[in-house]
Amino acid sequence: MAVCVAVIAKENYPLYIRSIPTENELKFHYTVHTSLDVVDEKISAMGKALVDQRELYLGLLYPTEDYKVYGYVTNSKVKFVMVVDSSNTALRDNEIRSMFRKLHNSYTDVMCNPFYNPGDCIHSRAFDNMVTSMMMQVC
Amino acid sequence: MEQGPGGAAAGGAGLLLPLSDTEQQRYSELFSLCCSPAPEGGSAPAPAAGGSKVGDLFRASQLPADTLHQITELCGAKRVGYFGPAQFYVALKLIAAAQSGLPVRIESIKSELPLPRFMALKNDIEMRYGNAAEILGVKFQIPHPILEKNSFRRSDEGDKKNSTSLFLKQETKSPPMSPMCSPPASPSNYQRIPLSYGYGKSRSKLEQPHGVSYEARHSTHQQDGPATGNYGSKSALVHSSLSRFLSVESEPQDSSNYPDDPWRITEEQREYYINQFKSLQPDLNSLISGSVAKNFFTKSKLPIPELSHVWELSDVDCDGALTLPEFCAAFHLIVARKNGYPLPDMLPETLLPDYLQPASLKPKRDCALLDSYSESLSVSQQTRDFNRTELETVCEDPTNSEPLILFDVATSIVEPTSVEEMPDKSALTQDANSDDNQALNISTTTKTIPKDFKPSQHLSVKTVVQESNTLKARPRSRSYSSTSIEEAMKKGEEPPMPPPRPQKSHSRASSLDLNKIFQQNTQAVKSGWLPPPPALPPRPFVSQQGPHHVTNTESVAQAKSSYVEFRLKEQTEQVSEIELHPQMNRAPSQTEESSPMRKEILLTQPPSKPIRRKFRSENQMLENQELTPTSSVTSSLPAVKPHLPAQNRQSSKQKRAIQTAIRKNKEANAVLARLNSELQQQLKEVHKERIALETQLEQLRPVTVL
Repeated sequence: MAVCVAVIAKENYPLYIRSIPTENELKFHYTVHTSLDVVDEKISAMGKALVDQRELYLGLLYPTEDYKVYGYVTNSKVKFVMVVDSSNTALRDNEIRSMFRKLHNSYTDVMCNPFYNPGDCIHSRAFDNMVTSMMMQVC
Repeated sequence: MEQGPGGAAAGGAGLLLPLSDTEQQRYSELFSLCCSPAPEGGSAPAPAAGGSKVGDLFRASQLPADTLHQITELCGAKRVGYFGPAQFYVALKLIAAAQSGLPVRIESIKSELPLPRFMALKNDIEMRYGNAAEILGVKFQIPHPILEKNSFRRSDEGDKKNSTSLFLKQETKSPPMSPMCSPPASPSNYQRIPLSYGYGKSRSKLEQPHGVSYEARHSTHQQDGPATGNYGSKSALVHSSLSRFLSVESEPQDSSNYPDDPWRITEEQREYYINQFKSLQPDLNSLISGSVAKNFFTKSKLPIPELSHVWELSDVDCDGALTLPEFCAAFHLIVARKNGYPLPDMLPETLLPDYLQPASLKPKRDCALLDSYSESLSVSQQTRDFNRTELETVCEDPTNSEPLILFDVATSIVEPTSVEEMPDKSALTQDANSDDNQALNISTTTKTIPKDFKPSQHLSVKTVVQESNTLKARPRSRSYSSTSIEEAMKKGEEPPMPPPRPQKSHSRASSLDLNKIFQQNTQAVKSGWLPPPPALPPRPFVSQQGPHHVTNTESVAQAKSSYVEFRLKEQTEQVSEIELHPQMNRAPSQTEESSPMRKEILLTQPPSKPIRRKFRSENQMLENQELTPTSSVTSSLPAVKPHLPAQNRQSSKQKRAIQTAIRKNKEANAVLARLNSELQQQLKEVHKERIALETQLEQLRPVTVL
C-alpha cells in the first residue's frame, strides 16, 4: 500500500529508504526530504507543550496531487516517513497507524541486534521483509 | 559391454538404437562406472546403474537440468524406475545429441553422434575421501544446486545413507566435511535430494512431483547404488567446488523442508557450544548480553553484516540477548558460514530455540532434579532425626537418647528397601521399648521418602551397614558406660547393676538378647564381671535381674548422680541397710535371717528412700560391707515378711521369686523417685534463676522508667 518507506535518523539523513516504482525513486527521495521540514515543524509545535505526551504518529504531513505523505517520530527522534498513493483511497488512518507500528517494532528489533550500530544503514533482512510486505500490495 | 545390451537398450527404449563400437565401448565403460559393484548389466536389480552416479554423470555432461530431465524421461528410466543398461545407453545417446545441439528426441539419437562429453574434475580431496578414486575412471564434476538448498551436505549424507541402507552394509563413511554432521532422517528424503539436485540444477522449486516420484522409485529399485566411494568423491567434489557455486547459487531456499540438514546440531557440537556459553556466562539458564555476544562472535572474523544477519536469525525473541538455545543456534550458523554454507533467510527448524531447548537443558534439569531431591531427602531426614531426638531426650535418659539418635540417623537415611531390615535389627538390639517404637516410626516415615534415586539407594546400602554398626555399637556403648560407672563405683568387685528400668512386656525378650551381647562385650572389658544369669553371684542383683541389665546401664549415669545425692542425704543410716541389702540379695539363704533384720530396718529407716538406694547399691555396697545383710534384706522384703516361712528351702525359692519381683518394683520405684528428686532439684534451680532475674529486673526498672 505504501509506495515509499523511509527511515530517517535523528540527524536527518536516511537510514533506510525504499520505494516501489523504481523509476521514480528520485522523486520519492525528494518528497521524503521535503517532508522532513514538515515533521520538524510538527515536532517542535507539539514538543514544547508536553514532551512526554507527544504523539508518535504525526498523521498526514502534506499531500501532493498524486501522493500523501505520512509521518511518525520515535522518542529518539528517528522519523518514519511513508508515501502512499493518493488513488488508494481505501487507506484509513488506522491502517496507516498500524503500518507505522509495525515499522517501529521492526526498527526496535533491528536496534536489538548488537551488531547494528545506531546510525548505520539498516540492512536487516527481517526489516526488508516487513517493508516489502507493506509495499507489496501496490504493484 | 557389447551389442547385446545395446540392442536390449534399444528394445527397452522402444526403438532400435544402433551403437557404434566406440559408443559401445564408451557406454559400457560409463555404465560399469555407474554400477561399479555389479560386473554385468542386463538383468534384474543389481546391474542397474546407481541413480546418483548416473545423476552425477549426467550433470557432468554440463547439460542444463531440464535437458537432463528430458533425457531421463525419454530413455525410459522413469518408466521402469531404474537405469538399466538400455536406459542408460539411450540416455547417453541423448546426452550426446543434446551436446551436439540436437533437440532431445528419440529421433535425434538415431543418427550417428559423437560421444557424449563429460567434464572431468580431478580431485585430491577425492583421494582423501577414499574409495571413489579407483572406481571412477571419469571424475565428475558435481554441480551444486545443493547450495540452493543450503543442505548439500545432507545430500551427501543422503547418498551415503541411501547406499548403506540399500546395501545394508556399513561402508566407510567419508569423514564429515564440517562439524555439522547429523544423521539423516529418512532415506527416502535423502534420495529425493540428490536426484533432485542432479536433475534440477537450476530448478527454482525443489519439489517437482514428477521428479520426486521418479526419484523415489529410483531409490527403491536401486540396488546397485552408489558406493561410498562415489559418495566420498561426491562429497570431496562438493567440498572443493563449494566456493565456485557459492556465488552462483545464492538463491535462498527454506531449508526447513528437509528434516535433516546441516542446520542440525550434533551432540558434540552442542557440548562445545554449551561450553562456550559457560565461558561467557556461567549460568546456563540466563542470557548472554548483546555486547558480550558481539565481542565473542566478532572473533569469528566474519563480516559484520553477516554477523548481524546471524544475530537476526538466532535472536528469536528479539531481546538483544541470547539464551542457551539461541546461542547454540547462532554459533551453529556461524560455524556453518565459516564452512561455506550460505546463511539461510529464515532460521532452520532444527535451530529454533524451542527445538533446541529441551535437548540442551534436559540433562541439566535431570541433574538438578536429582540434586534437589537428594538434598530434600537429606534435609527431611535431618529434620526427622531432629524431631526424634528431641522427643527422646525429653522422654528418656541421655544415655538412652544417644543410641536412639544414632539409630534414627541410620534409619532415616535408609531407603525403604532396607526398612524391612530395620525392624529385625531393632528387635534384636533394643533395650528400650521406646526405641523400638521410634525405630518403627522412623521406618514408616522413611518409606514415604521417594525411592527413585540412585544416590539415595547407594546411601541406603551404606546406611544399612552403618545402621547395623550403630545398632551393634549401642549395646557396646551401653556396656561401656556401665563398665565405666562400675569401675568408678567399684574396685574390681562385682559389677554394680543399676536398678532395672520398669519395662513393658517385650523389653525382657530384647534385653535378654542384649544380655548376651552385653556379656560378650563386658566380659572383655571387665574380667571380674560375672554373668548375671548364673545364680548367686555376690552381686546386688541376681541373675533374674539380668533383663534389667541394659536398663541398669542406661540409667547408670543418672543413677550415679542420684547415688551421690541420696548418699549425701541419708548416707549414714542407710549404709548399713544398703550393705545388708545386696548381701541379702546375694544370699537367698539369708532370707530367714533377714526377716528380723528387715523389721529392724523398716523400723529404723524412712520407708522408701533407703530401700531404693540399696537397690542401686553398687558403690554403697562396696563401701560398707560390714553391715549385716539382714537389715537390707528386711528393708527389701518388707512385703515378703508375711510370706516367709521360717527356714523353708522350698519356700525359699518362692521367696526368691517374690523377692525378685518385689525388688524389681522397688527398683522401679527407686528410679522414679530418683527422677523425681532430680527434677525437683532442677525446678529449684530454675526458681532460683527466676528470682535472680526478677531482682535484676527490679533493679533495672527504676532506671528504665527514668
